[in-house]
Amino acid sequence: MSGVKISIRDLHLRYKDGKHPLRVINLDILTNKINVAFGPSGGGKSSLIRVLNRLIDLSDVEELSGEVLLDGKNILDADVDVIELRRRVGVVFSRPIPLPMTIAENISFGMEVAGEKDKKKIARQVEHALRQAVLWDEIYDRLDDPAYSLSGGQQQRLCLARVLALEPEVVLLDEPTSALDPVSTTKIEEFLEKAKEEYTFFLAPHNQQQAARVSDFAAFFLQGEMVEYGVGEELFFNPKKKETADYIQGRYG
Amino acid sequence: MNLISFSEAPKVKRDRNRIQKIGFAGLRLITVVTILPILGIVAYIVAKGIPALSWEFLSAMPRDGMRAGGILPAIVGTLYLMIGTAAVSIPLGMAAGIYLAEYAPDNWWTRLIRIAIISLAGVPSVVYGLFGLGLFVLFFQFGISILSAALTLSIMTLPVIISTTEEALRSVPYKFRVVGVSLGGTQWQTIRKVILPQALPGIMTGIILGLERAVGETAPILFTGATFFLPHLPSSPLDATMALPYHIYVISTQIPGMPITIQYGTVLVLLAIVLVMDIIASVIRSRARAKRQW
Repeated sequence: MSGVKISIRDLHLRYKDGKHPLRVINLDILTNKINVAFGPSGGGKSSLIRVLNRLIDLSDVEELSGEVLLDGKNILDADVDVIELRRRVGVVFSRPIPLPMTIAENISFGMEVAGEKDKKKIARQVEHALRQAVLWDEIYDRLDDPAYSLSGGQQQRLCLARVLALEPEVVLLDEPTSALDPVSTTKIEEFLEKAKEEYTFFLAPHNQQQAARVSDFAAFFLQGEMVEYGVGEELFFNPKKKETADYIQGRYG
Repeated sequence: MNLISFSEAPKVKRDRNRIQKIGFAGLRLITVVTILPILGIVAYIVAKGIPALSWEFLSAMPRDGMRAGGILPAIVGTLYLMIGTAAVSIPLGMAAGIYLAEYAPDNWWTRLIRIAIISLAGVPSVVYGLFGLGLFVLFFQFGISILSAALTLSIMTLPVIISTTEEALRSVPYKFRVVGVSLGGTQWQTIRKVILPQALPGIMTGIILGLERAVGETAPILFTGATFFLPHLPSSPLDATMALPYHIYVISTQIPGMPITIQYGTVLVLLAIVLVMDIIASVIRSRARAKRQW
Protein backbone atom coordinates (compact mmCIF):
# COMPACT_ATOMS: atom_id res chain seq x y z
CA MET A 1 0.00 0.00 0.00
CA SER A 2 1.37 3.27 -1.10
CA GLY A 3 1.46 6.50 0.90
CA VAL A 4 -0.69 9.54 0.28
CA LYS A 5 1.19 12.46 -1.26
CA ILE A 6 -1.65 14.92 -1.63
CA SER A 7 -4.90 14.66 0.21
CA ILE A 8 -7.74 16.82 -1.10
CA ARG A 9 -10.55 17.47 1.38
CA ASP A 10 -13.89 19.13 0.53
CA LEU A 11 -12.30 21.28 -2.12
CA HIS A 12 -14.63 23.86 -3.55
CA LEU A 13 -13.84 26.48 -6.20
CA ARG A 14 -15.93 29.17 -7.80
CA TYR A 15 -14.63 31.89 -10.13
CA LYS A 16 -15.74 35.52 -10.11
CA ASP A 17 -17.34 35.08 -13.53
CA GLY A 18 -19.74 32.54 -12.03
CA LYS A 19 -18.05 29.39 -13.29
CA HIS A 20 -18.11 26.70 -10.67
CA PRO A 21 -15.62 24.02 -11.71
CA LEU A 22 -15.12 22.26 -8.36
CA ARG A 23 -18.12 21.54 -6.14
CA VAL A 24 -16.95 19.06 -3.53
CA ILE A 25 -13.78 17.16 -4.27
CA ASN A 26 -12.34 14.54 -1.96
CA LEU A 27 -9.41 12.66 -3.37
CA ASP A 28 -6.09 11.14 -2.38
CA ILE A 29 -3.14 11.35 -4.76
CA LEU A 30 -0.81 8.46 -4.02
CA THR A 31 2.94 8.64 -3.82
CA ASN A 32 4.94 7.24 -6.76
CA LYS A 33 1.83 6.34 -8.74
CA ILE A 34 0.26 7.59 -11.91
CA ASN A 35 -2.92 9.14 -10.58
CA VAL A 36 -5.43 9.88 -13.31
CA ALA A 37 -8.44 12.18 -13.27
CA PHE A 38 -10.67 11.57 -16.28
CA GLY A 39 -14.09 12.61 -17.44
CA PRO A 40 -15.77 14.97 -19.89
CA SER A 41 -14.32 18.42 -20.35
CA GLY A 42 -15.65 20.95 -17.90
CA GLY A 43 -15.48 18.35 -15.16
CA GLY A 44 -12.96 20.32 -13.12
CA LYS A 45 -9.70 18.50 -13.90
CA SER A 46 -7.83 21.52 -15.20
CA SER A 47 -9.07 23.72 -12.38
CA LEU A 48 -7.96 21.14 -9.85
CA ILE A 49 -4.51 21.09 -11.42
CA ARG A 50 -4.35 24.87 -11.18
CA VAL A 51 -5.20 24.64 -7.49
CA LEU A 52 -2.58 22.00 -6.73
CA ASN A 53 0.35 24.34 -7.43
CA ARG A 54 -1.54 27.54 -6.69
CA LEU A 55 -1.45 28.81 -10.28
CA ILE A 56 -5.06 29.51 -9.41
CA ASP A 57 -3.69 32.61 -7.67
CA LEU A 58 -3.45 34.18 -11.13
CA SER A 59 -7.20 33.83 -11.71
CA ASP A 60 -10.12 35.82 -10.37
CA VAL A 61 -11.39 33.48 -7.69
CA GLU A 62 -14.64 34.15 -5.84
CA GLU A 63 -14.45 31.27 -3.43
CA LEU A 64 -11.83 28.62 -2.70
CA SER A 65 -12.38 26.45 0.35
CA GLY A 66 -11.41 23.06 1.69
CA GLU A 67 -7.96 21.61 2.21
CA VAL A 68 -5.16 20.39 -0.01
CA LEU A 69 -2.67 18.59 2.20
CA LEU A 70 0.75 18.11 0.62
CA ASP A 71 2.64 15.78 2.96
CA GLY A 72 0.13 16.82 5.60
CA LYS A 73 0.54 20.57 5.17
CA ASN A 74 -2.36 22.58 3.74
CA ILE A 75 -1.05 24.42 0.68
CA LEU A 76 -4.05 26.76 0.66
CA ASP A 77 -2.91 28.31 3.94
CA ALA A 78 -1.93 31.95 3.73
CA ASP A 79 1.58 31.33 5.08
CA VAL A 80 2.56 28.87 2.34
CA ASP A 81 5.54 29.89 0.22
CA VAL A 82 3.95 29.50 -3.22
CA ILE A 83 7.24 29.87 -5.05
CA GLU A 84 8.67 26.94 -3.12
CA LEU A 85 5.40 25.04 -3.65
CA ARG A 86 5.59 25.48 -7.41
CA ARG A 87 9.08 24.05 -7.42
CA ARG A 88 7.84 20.99 -5.54
CA VAL A 89 4.72 20.63 -7.67
CA GLY A 90 5.49 21.16 -11.36
CA VAL A 91 3.00 21.35 -14.21
CA VAL A 92 2.98 20.47 -17.90
CA PHE A 93 0.25 22.18 -19.88
CA SER A 94 -1.91 20.77 -22.64
CA ARG A 95 -0.09 22.67 -25.36
CA PRO A 96 3.66 22.99 -25.47
CA ILE A 97 4.60 26.50 -24.39
CA PRO A 98 8.36 26.87 -24.69
CA LEU A 99 9.65 30.21 -23.44
CA PRO A 100 11.04 32.41 -26.23
CA MET A 101 14.66 31.50 -25.53
CA THR A 102 17.07 28.71 -26.37
CA ILE A 103 16.48 25.07 -25.51
CA ALA A 104 19.05 25.15 -22.70
CA GLU A 105 17.72 28.43 -21.31
CA ASN A 106 14.22 27.01 -21.15
CA ILE A 107 15.47 24.36 -18.79
CA SER A 108 17.85 26.50 -16.78
CA PHE A 109 15.23 29.23 -16.25
CA GLY A 110 13.65 27.51 -13.26
CA MET A 111 17.02 26.85 -11.63
CA GLU A 112 18.24 30.39 -12.24
CA VAL A 113 15.19 32.05 -10.72
CA ALA A 114 15.68 29.71 -7.77
CA GLY A 115 19.11 31.31 -7.31
CA GLU A 116 21.32 28.55 -8.72
CA LYS A 117 24.53 30.15 -9.98
CA ASP A 118 26.79 27.14 -10.51
CA LYS A 119 27.00 26.89 -14.30
CA LYS A 120 28.37 23.34 -14.23
CA LYS A 121 25.60 22.14 -12.01
CA ILE A 122 23.03 23.79 -14.26
CA ALA A 123 24.57 22.16 -17.34
CA ARG A 124 24.54 18.75 -15.66
CA GLN A 125 20.94 19.21 -14.62
CA VAL A 126 19.94 20.30 -18.14
CA GLU A 127 21.39 17.12 -19.57
CA HIS A 128 19.86 14.93 -16.89
CA ALA A 129 16.41 16.45 -17.36
CA LEU A 130 16.61 16.13 -21.15
CA ARG A 131 17.63 12.48 -20.82
CA GLN A 132 14.77 11.78 -18.46
CA ALA A 133 12.30 13.39 -20.84
CA VAL A 134 13.64 11.22 -23.69
CA LEU A 135 14.82 14.22 -25.66
CA TRP A 136 18.58 14.37 -25.17
CA ASP A 137 19.55 12.07 -28.05
CA GLU A 138 17.57 14.14 -30.53
CA ILE A 139 18.87 17.57 -29.60
CA TYR A 140 22.11 17.27 -27.61
CA ASP A 141 24.04 19.08 -30.36
CA ARG A 142 21.76 22.10 -30.62
CA LEU A 143 21.04 23.16 -27.07
CA ASP A 144 21.58 26.79 -28.02
CA ASP A 145 19.00 26.77 -30.79
CA PRO A 146 15.72 28.56 -30.18
CA ALA A 147 13.21 26.31 -28.45
CA TYR A 148 10.69 27.09 -31.18
CA SER A 149 12.88 25.34 -33.75
CA LEU A 150 11.80 22.01 -32.21
CA SER A 151 8.82 20.00 -33.45
CA GLY A 152 5.62 20.06 -31.40
CA GLY A 153 6.34 16.71 -29.79
CA GLN A 154 9.88 17.74 -28.92
CA GLN A 155 8.64 21.03 -27.53
CA GLN A 156 6.30 19.22 -25.16
CA ARG A 157 9.10 16.96 -23.95
CA LEU A 158 11.19 20.10 -23.46
CA CYS A 159 8.38 21.49 -21.30
CA LEU A 160 8.45 18.26 -19.33
CA ALA A 161 12.23 18.41 -19.01
CA ARG A 162 12.24 21.93 -17.60
CA VAL A 163 9.81 20.82 -14.91
CA LEU A 164 11.95 17.77 -14.07
CA ALA A 165 15.06 19.94 -13.84
CA LEU A 166 13.61 21.45 -10.66
CA GLU A 167 13.48 17.96 -9.12
CA PRO A 168 9.84 18.27 -8.17
CA GLU A 169 8.05 15.76 -5.98
CA VAL A 170 4.78 15.94 -7.88
CA VAL A 171 4.29 16.50 -11.61
CA LEU A 172 0.87 17.62 -12.80
CA LEU A 173 0.06 16.92 -16.43
CA ASP A 174 -2.97 18.61 -17.95
CA GLU A 175 -3.75 16.65 -21.13
CA PRO A 176 -0.07 16.79 -22.04
CA THR A 177 -0.45 14.87 -25.27
CA SER A 178 -3.53 16.54 -26.69
CA ALA A 179 -1.51 18.40 -29.31
CA LEU A 180 0.89 15.56 -30.07
CA ASP A 181 1.29 12.82 -32.66
CA PRO A 182 1.10 9.15 -31.59
CA VAL A 183 4.87 8.66 -31.50
CA SER A 184 5.44 11.60 -29.17
CA THR A 185 2.46 10.50 -27.10
CA THR A 186 4.00 7.06 -26.65
CA LYS A 187 7.29 8.60 -25.58
CA ILE A 188 5.59 10.61 -22.88
CA GLU A 189 3.59 7.64 -21.66
CA GLU A 190 6.73 5.51 -21.53
CA PHE A 191 8.39 8.23 -19.53
CA LEU A 192 5.55 8.21 -17.01
CA GLU A 193 5.83 4.46 -16.48
CA LYS A 194 9.58 4.62 -16.04
CA ALA A 195 9.75 7.72 -13.87
CA LYS A 196 7.00 7.03 -11.39
CA GLU A 197 9.49 5.54 -8.96
CA GLU A 198 10.91 9.02 -8.59
CA TYR A 199 7.84 11.21 -8.88
CA THR A 200 4.18 11.33 -8.08
CA PHE A 201 2.13 11.98 -11.21
CA PHE A 202 -1.29 13.51 -11.47
CA LEU A 203 -2.56 13.28 -15.03
CA ALA A 204 -5.63 14.57 -16.77
CA PRO A 205 -5.44 12.24 -19.76
CA HIS A 206 -6.03 13.23 -23.31
CA ASN A 207 -8.62 10.49 -23.75
CA GLN A 208 -10.01 7.40 -22.06
CA GLN A 209 -7.68 5.02 -23.82
CA GLN A 210 -4.76 6.88 -22.40
CA ALA A 211 -6.37 6.85 -18.97
CA ALA A 212 -6.79 3.08 -19.17
CA ARG A 213 -3.25 2.55 -20.48
CA VAL A 214 -1.29 4.45 -17.90
CA SER A 215 -3.33 4.84 -14.74
CA ASP A 216 -2.49 3.13 -11.47
CA PHE A 217 -5.37 4.85 -9.77
CA ALA A 218 -8.16 6.69 -11.47
CA ALA A 219 -10.87 9.13 -10.48
CA PHE A 220 -13.89 9.95 -12.60
CA PHE A 221 -14.78 13.65 -12.58
CA LEU A 222 -18.16 14.89 -13.64
CA GLN A 223 -19.37 18.46 -13.36
CA GLY A 224 -17.15 19.43 -10.49
CA GLU A 225 -17.60 16.27 -8.46
CA MET A 226 -15.50 13.18 -8.05
CA VAL A 227 -17.96 10.44 -8.86
CA GLU A 228 -15.91 7.32 -8.47
CA TYR A 229 -12.39 6.36 -7.56
CA GLY A 230 -10.52 3.14 -7.83
CA VAL A 231 -7.61 1.08 -9.07
CA GLY A 232 -7.14 1.97 -12.75
CA GLU A 233 -8.11 -1.24 -14.49
CA GLU A 234 -10.98 -2.06 -12.17
CA LEU A 235 -12.53 1.31 -12.63
CA PHE A 236 -12.42 1.02 -16.40
CA PHE A 237 -13.59 -2.57 -16.70
CA ASN A 238 -15.87 -2.68 -13.71
CA PRO A 239 -17.29 0.74 -12.85
CA LYS A 240 -19.67 0.71 -9.92
CA LYS A 241 -21.51 3.94 -10.55
CA LYS A 242 -23.92 4.36 -13.43
CA GLU A 243 -22.43 7.74 -14.51
CA THR A 244 -18.98 6.23 -14.78
CA ALA A 245 -20.23 3.30 -16.78
CA ASP A 246 -22.19 5.60 -19.06
CA TYR A 247 -19.12 7.74 -19.74
CA ILE A 248 -16.82 4.81 -20.33
CA GLN A 249 -19.30 3.33 -22.77
CA GLY A 250 -19.41 6.63 -24.56
CA ARG A 251 -22.76 7.97 -23.54
CA TYR A 252 -21.52 11.49 -22.75
CA GLY A 253 -19.60 13.74 -25.04
CA MET B 1 -26.98 22.71 -61.60
CA ASN B 2 -23.38 21.83 -61.48
CA LEU B 3 -22.87 22.70 -65.08
CA ILE B 4 -24.46 26.11 -64.71
CA SER B 5 -22.47 27.08 -61.67
CA PHE B 6 -19.30 25.85 -63.27
CA SER B 7 -19.83 27.91 -66.38
CA GLU B 8 -20.83 31.02 -64.47
CA ALA B 9 -18.18 30.96 -61.88
CA PRO B 10 -15.31 32.25 -64.03
CA LYS B 11 -17.31 35.26 -65.18
CA VAL B 12 -18.13 36.34 -61.65
CA LYS B 13 -14.52 35.79 -60.74
CA ARG B 14 -13.28 37.93 -63.59
CA ASP B 15 -15.54 40.82 -62.55
CA ARG B 16 -14.44 40.57 -58.98
CA ASN B 17 -10.84 40.47 -60.02
CA ARG B 18 -11.25 43.58 -62.07
CA ILE B 19 -12.90 45.46 -59.20
CA GLN B 20 -10.15 44.33 -56.91
CA LYS B 21 -7.47 45.50 -59.34
CA ILE B 22 -9.07 48.92 -59.67
CA GLY B 23 -9.38 49.14 -55.90
CA PHE B 24 -5.75 48.29 -55.35
CA ALA B 25 -4.62 50.73 -58.02
CA GLY B 26 -6.62 53.45 -56.28
CA LEU B 27 -5.07 52.68 -52.92
CA ARG B 28 -1.62 52.66 -54.45
CA LEU B 29 -2.26 56.06 -56.03
CA ILE B 30 -3.41 57.53 -52.73
CA THR B 31 -0.33 56.17 -51.01
CA VAL B 32 1.93 57.78 -53.59
CA VAL B 33 0.05 61.07 -53.30
CA THR B 34 0.58 61.02 -49.53
CA ILE B 35 4.26 60.24 -49.74
CA LEU B 36 5.13 62.68 -52.53
CA PRO B 37 4.98 65.89 -50.48
CA ILE B 38 7.19 64.34 -47.80
CA LEU B 39 9.73 63.21 -50.34
CA GLY B 40 9.49 66.61 -51.99
CA ILE B 41 10.22 68.46 -48.79
CA VAL B 42 13.16 66.22 -47.92
CA ALA B 43 14.61 66.46 -51.43
CA TYR B 44 14.23 70.24 -51.47
CA ILE B 45 15.93 70.67 -48.11
CA VAL B 46 18.72 68.30 -49.05
CA ALA B 47 19.32 70.10 -52.34
CA LYS B 48 19.31 73.54 -50.75
CA GLY B 49 21.17 72.56 -47.61
CA ILE B 50 24.02 70.47 -48.94
CA PRO B 51 26.05 73.46 -50.22
CA ALA B 52 26.22 74.75 -46.65
CA LEU B 53 27.58 71.52 -45.24
CA SER B 54 31.27 71.40 -44.52
CA TRP B 55 33.43 70.29 -41.67
CA GLU B 56 33.62 73.86 -40.50
CA PHE B 57 29.84 74.21 -40.53
CA LEU B 58 29.49 71.22 -38.20
CA SER B 59 32.46 71.90 -35.96
CA ALA B 60 32.90 75.67 -35.62
CA MET B 61 31.28 78.39 -33.56
CA PRO B 62 29.10 80.94 -35.39
CA ARG B 63 30.79 84.14 -36.50
CA ASP B 64 29.68 87.58 -37.74
CA GLY B 65 26.45 87.59 -35.76
CA MET B 66 25.81 83.99 -36.85
CA ARG B 67 25.91 84.95 -40.51
CA ALA B 68 29.01 82.83 -41.02
CA GLY B 69 30.93 80.03 -39.35
CA GLY B 70 29.35 76.87 -37.98
CA ILE B 71 26.50 75.69 -35.82
CA LEU B 72 28.45 73.53 -33.38
CA PRO B 73 26.87 74.93 -30.19
CA ALA B 74 23.38 74.24 -31.51
CA ILE B 75 24.27 70.66 -32.44
CA VAL B 76 25.97 70.01 -29.12
CA GLY B 77 23.10 71.64 -27.24
CA THR B 78 20.57 69.46 -29.00
CA LEU B 79 22.60 66.35 -28.15
CA TYR B 80 22.83 67.43 -24.50
CA LEU B 81 19.09 67.98 -24.39
CA MET B 82 18.50 64.56 -25.95
CA ILE B 83 20.79 62.83 -23.45
CA GLY B 84 19.21 64.67 -20.52
CA THR B 85 15.71 63.87 -21.72
CA ALA B 86 16.61 60.22 -22.26
CA ALA B 87 18.18 59.94 -18.80
CA VAL B 88 15.02 61.15 -17.12
CA SER B 89 12.22 59.87 -19.32
CA ILE B 90 13.44 56.35 -20.16
CA PRO B 91 13.67 54.98 -16.60
CA LEU B 92 10.54 56.77 -15.41
CA GLY B 93 8.54 55.92 -18.53
CA MET B 94 9.54 52.27 -18.57
CA ALA B 95 8.83 51.88 -14.87
CA ALA B 96 5.39 53.42 -15.26
CA GLY B 97 4.67 51.32 -18.36
CA ILE B 98 5.71 48.11 -16.60
CA TYR B 99 3.56 49.00 -13.61
CA LEU B 100 0.52 49.73 -15.74
CA ALA B 101 0.87 46.65 -17.93
CA GLU B 102 1.88 44.08 -15.33
CA TYR B 103 0.96 45.14 -11.83
CA ALA B 104 -1.79 47.74 -11.83
CA PRO B 105 -5.24 46.36 -11.07
CA ASP B 106 -7.99 47.39 -13.45
CA ASN B 107 -9.98 49.91 -11.45
CA TRP B 108 -11.15 53.52 -11.74
CA TRP B 109 -7.84 54.84 -10.44
CA THR B 110 -5.66 53.15 -13.08
CA ARG B 111 -8.20 53.99 -15.76
CA LEU B 112 -7.88 57.62 -14.69
CA ILE B 113 -4.09 57.37 -14.96
CA ARG B 114 -4.39 55.98 -18.48
CA ILE B 115 -6.77 58.75 -19.54
CA ALA B 116 -4.37 61.29 -18.06
CA ILE B 117 -1.47 59.83 -20.03
CA ILE B 118 -3.41 59.87 -23.28
CA SER B 119 -4.49 63.47 -22.65
CA LEU B 120 -0.92 64.49 -21.83
CA ALA B 121 0.18 63.23 -25.22
CA GLY B 122 -2.23 65.69 -26.81
CA VAL B 123 -1.22 68.78 -24.86
CA PRO B 124 0.24 71.50 -27.12
CA SER B 125 3.98 71.76 -26.71
CA VAL B 126 3.92 75.44 -25.80
CA VAL B 127 1.88 74.52 -22.74
CA TYR B 128 4.66 72.18 -21.65
CA GLY B 129 7.05 75.07 -22.16
CA LEU B 130 5.08 77.35 -19.87
CA PHE B 131 4.67 74.58 -17.33
CA GLY B 132 8.43 73.97 -17.35
CA LEU B 133 9.02 77.68 -16.92
CA GLY B 134 6.76 77.77 -13.89
CA LEU B 135 7.94 74.57 -12.25
CA PHE B 136 11.59 74.05 -13.10
CA VAL B 137 12.89 77.50 -14.00
CA LEU B 138 11.07 79.53 -11.35
CA PHE B 139 9.80 77.27 -8.59
CA PHE B 140 12.80 74.92 -8.37
CA GLN B 141 15.08 77.75 -9.45
CA PHE B 142 16.99 75.70 -11.99
CA GLY B 143 16.95 78.82 -14.14
CA ILE B 144 17.01 78.87 -17.92
CA SER B 145 19.16 75.78 -18.23
CA ILE B 146 19.75 72.46 -19.93
CA LEU B 147 18.38 70.84 -16.78
CA SER B 148 15.08 72.74 -16.93
CA ALA B 149 14.73 72.16 -20.65
CA ALA B 150 15.53 68.45 -20.43
CA LEU B 151 13.04 68.00 -17.59
CA THR B 152 10.38 69.81 -19.59
CA LEU B 153 11.09 67.70 -22.66
CA SER B 154 11.00 64.60 -20.45
CA ILE B 155 7.49 65.38 -19.27
CA MET B 156 6.49 65.79 -22.89
CA THR B 157 8.15 62.51 -23.87
CA LEU B 158 6.90 60.45 -20.93
CA PRO B 159 3.39 59.73 -22.25
CA VAL B 160 4.85 58.29 -25.47
CA ILE B 161 7.31 56.05 -23.62
CA ILE B 162 4.76 54.95 -21.03
CA SER B 163 2.14 53.98 -23.55
CA THR B 164 4.50 52.22 -25.96
CA THR B 165 6.07 50.31 -23.07
CA GLU B 166 2.64 49.24 -21.86
CA GLU B 167 1.57 48.33 -25.38
CA ALA B 168 4.73 46.34 -26.09
CA LEU B 169 4.40 44.37 -22.86
CA ARG B 170 0.76 43.60 -23.51
CA SER B 171 1.60 42.21 -26.93
CA VAL B 172 3.68 39.45 -25.30
CA PRO B 173 1.33 36.47 -24.87
CA TYR B 174 -0.05 35.93 -21.38
CA LYS B 175 0.88 32.22 -21.46
CA PHE B 176 4.58 33.05 -20.99
CA ARG B 177 3.76 34.72 -17.68
CA VAL B 178 1.88 31.62 -16.52
CA VAL B 179 4.80 29.39 -17.51
CA GLY B 180 7.37 31.62 -15.82
CA VAL B 181 5.42 31.60 -12.58
CA SER B 182 4.70 27.86 -12.82
CA LEU B 183 8.44 27.21 -12.92
CA GLY B 184 8.90 28.93 -9.60
CA GLY B 185 9.69 32.41 -10.86
CA THR B 186 8.35 35.43 -9.06
CA GLN B 187 6.26 37.82 -11.09
CA TRP B 188 9.18 40.23 -11.38
CA GLN B 189 11.68 37.51 -12.37
CA THR B 190 9.28 36.38 -15.07
CA ILE B 191 8.84 39.91 -16.37
CA ARG B 192 12.56 40.65 -16.33
CA LYS B 193 13.80 37.40 -17.85
CA VAL B 194 10.97 36.45 -20.19
CA ILE B 195 8.53 39.25 -20.92
CA LEU B 196 10.74 42.34 -21.02
CA PRO B 197 13.29 40.95 -23.52
CA GLN B 198 10.42 40.18 -25.89
CA ALA B 199 8.94 43.65 -25.47
CA LEU B 200 12.24 45.52 -25.63
CA PRO B 201 12.34 46.18 -29.39
CA GLY B 202 8.87 47.71 -29.23
CA ILE B 203 9.83 49.76 -26.20
CA MET B 204 13.01 51.00 -27.86
CA THR B 205 11.10 52.03 -30.94
CA GLY B 206 8.78 54.06 -28.72
CA ILE B 207 11.71 55.61 -26.88
CA ILE B 208 13.40 56.67 -30.11
CA LEU B 209 10.23 58.13 -31.58
CA GLY B 210 9.56 60.00 -28.34
CA LEU B 211 13.10 61.40 -28.13
CA GLU B 212 12.99 62.31 -31.78
CA ARG B 213 9.93 64.43 -31.20
CA ALA B 214 11.55 66.05 -28.18
CA VAL B 215 14.67 66.88 -30.17
CA GLY B 216 12.69 68.66 -32.83
CA GLU B 217 10.54 70.77 -30.51
CA THR B 218 11.03 74.49 -30.08
CA ALA B 219 8.25 75.63 -27.79
CA PRO B 220 9.13 73.57 -24.68
CA ILE B 221 12.72 74.81 -24.64
CA LEU B 222 11.89 78.37 -25.62
CA PHE B 223 11.27 79.52 -22.04
CA THR B 224 13.23 76.85 -20.22
CA GLY B 225 16.69 76.40 -21.69
CA ALA B 226 17.29 77.76 -25.15
CA THR B 227 19.33 80.81 -25.72
CA PHE B 228 19.79 83.08 -28.72
CA PHE B 229 23.55 82.90 -28.82
CA LEU B 230 26.28 81.47 -26.67
CA PRO B 231 29.92 82.34 -27.30
CA HIS B 232 31.08 79.04 -25.79
CA LEU B 233 29.73 75.52 -25.34
CA PRO B 234 27.63 74.95 -22.22
CA SER B 235 29.80 73.63 -19.42
CA SER B 236 27.23 72.53 -16.84
CA PRO B 237 23.61 71.33 -16.78
CA LEU B 238 22.71 74.66 -15.25
CA ASP B 239 23.94 76.58 -18.30
CA ALA B 240 21.54 77.72 -20.95
CA THR B 241 22.22 76.25 -24.36
CA MET B 242 21.68 76.78 -28.04
CA ALA B 243 19.63 74.10 -29.77
CA LEU B 244 18.89 73.33 -33.40
CA PRO B 245 15.12 73.94 -33.54
CA TYR B 246 15.33 77.24 -31.71
CA HIS B 247 18.40 78.21 -33.70
CA ILE B 248 16.46 77.62 -36.92
CA TYR B 249 13.76 79.91 -35.65
CA VAL B 250 16.32 82.55 -34.73
CA ILE B 251 18.25 82.56 -38.00
CA SER B 252 15.06 82.44 -40.05
CA THR B 253 13.31 85.37 -38.43
CA GLN B 254 15.55 87.37 -36.16
CA ILE B 255 18.68 88.16 -38.11
CA PRO B 256 18.64 90.52 -41.08
CA GLY B 257 20.95 89.58 -43.95
CA MET B 258 21.15 85.92 -42.96
CA PRO B 259 22.58 83.80 -45.81
CA ILE B 260 19.89 81.38 -46.90
CA THR B 261 22.28 78.44 -47.31
CA ILE B 262 23.04 78.52 -43.58
CA GLN B 263 19.33 78.33 -42.83
CA TYR B 264 18.84 75.34 -45.10
CA GLY B 265 22.02 73.72 -43.86
CA THR B 266 20.84 73.96 -40.26
CA VAL B 267 17.44 72.50 -41.14
CA LEU B 268 19.20 69.70 -42.99
CA VAL B 269 21.30 68.83 -39.93
CA LEU B 270 18.24 68.62 -37.70
CA LEU B 271 16.38 66.61 -40.32
CA ALA B 272 19.34 64.24 -40.65
CA ILE B 273 19.43 63.62 -36.89
CA VAL B 274 15.72 62.81 -36.88
CA LEU B 275 15.93 60.60 -39.97
CA VAL B 276 18.87 58.65 -38.59
CA MET B 277 16.88 57.98 -35.43
CA ASP B 278 13.93 56.87 -37.57
CA ILE B 279 16.11 54.45 -39.46
CA ILE B 280 17.52 53.02 -36.26
CA ALA B 281 13.99 52.53 -34.97
CA SER B 282 12.84 50.68 -38.05
CA VAL B 283 15.95 48.50 -38.14
CA ILE B 284 15.32 47.49 -34.53
CA ARG B 285 11.69 46.76 -35.34
CA SER B 286 12.31 44.66 -38.42
CA ARG B 287 15.14 42.70 -36.79
CA ALA B 288 12.93 41.89 -33.83
CA ARG B 289 10.11 40.83 -36.11
CA ALA B 290 12.41 38.48 -37.99
CA LYS B 291 13.61 36.93 -34.74
CA ARG B 292 10.22 36.60 -33.07
CA GLN B 293 9.12 33.02 -32.69
CA TRP B 294 5.63 33.13 -31.26
